[in-house]
Amino acid sequence: MSTRQTIRLTVNGKPYEREVEARLTLADFIRHELHLGGTHVGCEHGICGACTILIDGSSARACLTLAVQADGANITTVEGLRNRETGQLHPIQQAFVEAHGLQCGFCTPGFMMTTLELLGENPDPSDDEIKEALGGNLCRCTGYQSILDSVRLAARRLQSASAA
Amino acid sequence: MKPAPFDYHAPTSLAEAVALLARLDDEGCDAKILAGGQSLMPMLAMRVARPEALVDLRRVPGLDAIRLQDGYIAIGAMASKRAAELSELVREKQPLFHAATRLVGHQQIRNRGSVGGSFAHADPASEYPAVALILDMQMVATGPDGERVIPADEFFVTYMTTALEAGEILTEVRMPVLPTGSGWAIQEITRRNGDLALAGVALTLRLEAGRCTDARIAAFGVDATAVRLTAAEDSLRGAVPNSESFARAGATAAASLGDPMSCIHASADYRRHLVGTLVERALAEAAARAR
Ligand SMILES: Cc1cc2nc3c(=O)[nH]c(=O)nc-3n(C[C@H](O)[C@H](O)[C@H](O)COP(=O)(O)OP(=O)(O)OC[C@H]3O[C@@H](n4cnc5c(N)ncnc54)[C@H](O)[C@@H]3O)c2cc1C
Ligand code: FES
Ligand code: FES
Repeated sequence: MSTRQTIRLTVNGKPYEREVEARLTLADFIRHELHLGGTHVGCEHGICGACTILIDGSSARACLTLAVQADGANITTVEGLRNRETGQLHPIQQAFVEAHGLQCGFCTPGFMMTTLELLGENPDPSDDEIKEALGGNLCRCTGYQSILDSVRLAARRLQSASAA
Repeated sequence: MKPAPFDYHAPTSLAEAVALLARLDDEGCDAKILAGGQSLMPMLAMRVARPEALVDLRRVPGLDAIRLQDGYIAIGAMASKRAAELSELVREKQPLFHAATRLVGHQQIRNRGSVGGSFAHADPASEYPAVALILDMQMVATGPDGERVIPADEFFVTYMTTALEAGEILTEVRMPVLPTGSGWAIQEITRRNGDLALAGVALTLRLEAGRCTDARIAAFGVDATAVRLTAAEDSLRGAVPNSESFARAGATAAASLGDPMSCIHASADYRRHLVGTLVERALAEAAARAR
C-alpha cells in the first residue's frame, strides 16, 4: 500500500524496471521516465488519440492508463516501428511520408499505432473499415483524406511484402 | 490534467479485494475501484474524482470469463468490451448486446474498458443500461455479506449512480439468450462515430401471425438513466407491423419523454425529436429481423 510502486515492463523490446508514483500515467511514464517523446499527449483525457500505443499488441490510450497498470506488459510505441537493424522506416511510416499523411505531425504517432493494429488484424480493410478504425484519432491539419490514402498505401505495401 | 495523488492497491483475489474495500471504508478512506480506467482516468485527470485510494481489479483472477450457463450468458465484469465484441457466443446468442458493444467508443477504448465498468459507471448516454433494461439483465455483486443479484430495473438509480453499495464489487452481468425469432435493433445519433450518444434507442420486437405481440423499447442519452418507453411499447401490442404503426410508436415515444436532457450539442426538443425518429427506424430494422 503506497503512492509509489515498482513496475517491470518491456517497451519496444527492451525491459525496464522503475519505481513510479501510482498517479503517473503511462503516457507521462513513457515520455518523462523513458524519454521516448514520440508518444504525444494532446488532451490527456481520452479524446484525441495522439497518445495511442500498443499494450500487449492491442491499441490503447496511454493517457487513460496508469503506469502501474502496465506492470508486466509488453508495450510498443511509435519508436518501435522503425527497423532496429537497418534503421529503415516501417512501411506504415513510409506510406505516411509518401502520401502526405501528416502536416504538423502531432497526431501522427497515434494514427500510425492505430493503423498498426488495424493492418495486423485486417490486412485488406475497406474504406469504411479504415474510417471506423481511425475514428478515435483526431487530426486538426490534414482533413483526413491523405491519412486514408496513407493507410491504403501501407496496406498495399504490407500485403505485397507478405506475398513476396 | 494530472490525477491527484492516491494510494494504489492491486489485490490478488476477490476475497482480498472485498476485505480491503471494507477496511478502507471502515477507516473512512474514500476508495474507488479501478477497472479499465476508460471513464475513471478522465475523471481523475480533470479531478472531478479525487479518491484517496484506488483498488485495481486487474490481478483478481476469474472475473473475465464469458460463458453460457443455465440458459443465460454470463460475462465477467472484468472482461474487456473487445472480448465481448469478439465472442462468438455473444454474437450468435445475444446479437443485441453484441451490436451495442460495437457502438461503445473506439477500439482503443473497447480494448481496455471492461464490460462491468460501463454498468458500474452508469453513464445515462451509455448503450448498455438501455440494453440491460429491455433484456432484464441481472447484475451480480459481491460484498462483505456475500453475493447478491440485482435486476437491471433496480440497478440504475440515477445519473452515474447504481444500487451497488460502497465496498461491493460488480463481478458478473447476466443476460438471457435472445429467443429465436425475436427482432432487435439499436440505433443512436452521435456527434462523431464512437462518441457517447446524444440520443439512442434499443429495442426487441416479437411478431406472431402478422401482429406485434411484444415490444420492449428503451432510450438512452435523454434522461438521468436509460428509460423504458412503455407507452410506445403499449401502442404496438396487437398492431400490424408497418410504417404506420411504427411512426405512431415513434410519436408516442417522443411525447412520453418527460423532460429530456439539454446541452450545448442537443436541446431537449431535438433529443425528443431524435427519440421519435430512432424508435421508428429501429422498429423497421427489428421487424426485418423478426421471424
Ligand atoms: C473516447 C471515449 C469514448 C467513449 N464512448 C463510449 C460510448 O460510446 N458508450 C459507452 O457506454 N461508454 C463510452 N466510453 C466509456 C467506456 O465505455 C468505459 O470503458 C466505461 O464507461 C468504464 O469501464 P472501465 O472498465 O474503463 O471502468 P473504469 O473507468 O475503471 O471505472 C468506471 C467506474 O466504475 C467503477 N467500477 C468499475 N468496475 C467496477 C466493478 N467491477 N465493480 C464496482 N465498480 C466498478 C469505478 O470505480 C468507476 O467509478 C467512452 C470512453 C472514452 C474515453
Ligand atoms: S492525449 Fe490521450 S487521448 Fe488525447
Ligand atoms: S497533422 Fe497536425 S494534427 Fe494531424
